[in-house]
Amino acid sequence: MKGVDLRIDSVAKHYGPVVALGGVSLTVAAGEFLTILGPSGSGKTTLLKVIAGFEYPDAGHIVVGGADITDVSPAKRNVGMVFQNYALFPHMTVARNVGFPLQMRGVPKPELRDRVFRALALVELQGYEERLPAQLSGGQQQRVALARAVVFDPTLLLLDEPFGALDRKLRESMQLEVRRLQRRLGLTTVFITHDQEEALVLSDRIAVMDGGVVRQVGTPDEVYERPADDFVAAFIGESNLLAGQVAGPDRVLLDGGASVTVTDLDGGKGRVRLLVRPEKMVIGPATNSFSGTVVEAVYLGQAHKLRVRAAGGIELLVRGDRPMEAGEEVTVGFAPQDAHVLRGSA
Amino acid sequence: MRRLRVSRLLLAGFAAVVYAFLLLPLLIVFPISFSSAQYLQFPPPGWSLQWYERYVDSPNWLEPTWLSLKVAVATMVLSLLVGVPLAFGLTRARFWGRDAFEKLTAAPIIVPTIVTSIALYGLFAQLRLIGAWYGIALAHTVLALPFVIVLVVAGLRDFDLNQELAARGLGASRWQAVWHVTLPQIRPSLVSAAFLAFISSFDELVVAMFLGGANMTLPKKMFDNIRMEIDPTIAAISSLQIVLVCALLALATRFGRGAGMTDR
Repeated sequence: MKGVDLRIDSVAKHYGPVVALGGVSLTVAAGEFLTILGPSGSGKTTLLKVIAGFEYPDAGHIVVGGADITDVSPAKRNVGMVFQNYALFPHMTVARNVGFPLQMRGVPKPELRDRVFRALALVELQGYEERLPAQLSGGQQQRVALARAVVFDPTLLLLDEPFGALDRKLRESMQLEVRRLQRRLGLTTVFITHDQEEALVLSDRIAVMDGGVVRQVGTPDEVYERPADDFVAAFIGESNLLAGQVAGPDRVLLDGGASVTVTDLDGGKGRVRLLVRPEKMVIGPATNSFSGTVVEAVYLGQAHKLRVRAAGGIELLVRGDRPMEAGEEVTVGFAPQDAHVLRGSA
Repeated sequence: MRRLRVSRLLLAGFAAVVYAFLLLPLLIVFPISFSSAQYLQFPPPGWSLQWYERYVDSPNWLEPTWLSLKVAVATMVLSLLVGVPLAFGLTRARFWGRDAFEKLTAAPIIVPTIVTSIALYGLFAQLRLIGAWYGIALAHTVLALPFVIVLVVAGLRDFDLNQELAARGLGASRWQAVWHVTLPQIRPSLVSAAFLAFISSFDELVVAMFLGGANMTLPKKMFDNIRMEIDPTIAAISSLQIVLVCALLALATRFGRGAGMTDR
């Protein structure tokens, strides 16, 4: 089975005066795993509903494999979807749940049984055919939902925050399992989450949404290392954002008075903000050094997180490898190539 | 600890009083139905099945019974056919004045039955529906609708709409989604609604008196019997009615269990 490509073309949706989607365009390549990442209210769920056909857009088109399906009913779109709470049918057994899409397509009984069996084997749930959803654990319910979403060879797989209800350990193993299954079936997949960590782990590409628009699309490391704007920088991972004025080809004068060296300016001028990830900060002298006081120290297990207050009202998050106490004097800094330059208004 | 025990005893005592109030009439009716006396007498002087025999052997009683059953079943079916779609509209559609409209569906139980009956009599007389069994069924449907709507609306409010979306995404048409996914899940509401619709019709006297014409429903026949020649046949029929209702209740409980809930 081969996936097909998905094109979302300037899709807009309003609810009264509220703009849920303000003209969203995205393309997902055949077999690609695209994550739509955004806070609640960013429009990501509306976008998924438009792709699934549960919401009709005010403007724009959804094109799957070259065919415009904007006007096609959800039943005829051949899109597999896993809902946030799985939406398993509580009155049907596992086998009937997974067989439901085949039953609706008029697949003959023997073939239906065979395909249900294979789908359940795919998610390693053989032998659970006659159980009811209420008799399964959260992880098993999710597998059933997944089997039900792929049993009819859909052209697209849509996942709406499917891991939210699982505990951390189970979530991590289910994430890997979903990814393995998706690769194996070559399914074009759109995954929705507000969990940036999940997005970084799973995706081929990430589209970051806020306020009904896509802020940035890119591979996980692009989005993390070179965010397009302050929102993306702040939403994905922790960050230090330092505002300042370009003062030379490689110099930025920070608002607090300190002057730092960066490599990423490319001859630009005017106001900029520098993004430095906490793990890029070093404790001790560096090209760009700040001396200050530790105001908060948190032990994270594999690292120590420090909040350091430096001169000029600058506060810095630092990920260090040794314990420190609040109140300790410390010098921290970063190398010129570890600052990412953000332009435009904040 | 002690306080707790006292309050428990009070609660048990209260429950016992309520049960006695509800069940004592049965303790009178059942023995009288097996009475050997020719008139209503308690306690019965001796035992006999004569009143049951008289009921079973008499077309005067059996015909009203069949009529009542026919009317009640028709009422049940009609009120579900009308009430369930209406309940869907009241929960799903968005239109101006929906809440007011929903309250309005309770009108048939707010308006005194006698008023409804007279109004229906006037209307049905013009339509030549007086004396027709389906006329009574139509009128009973009006009275049963509020129960059906209240119960089904409550069931639909608790229903997770994502279930229906999921079904449609998986290839079900709107109707298939409702038939395969929604209705099975609100089955407890549907069964209760059907039961109440049936009982409300089977038990109904006032409308049947106005609209029945020469046709006698069972409640009307019983009423006439009490006025003309009071004898324990009434008790025998009441006992049978109670048994019938209990059987229906048992069925409703058996088939009205929540969907997907295990027996645990």
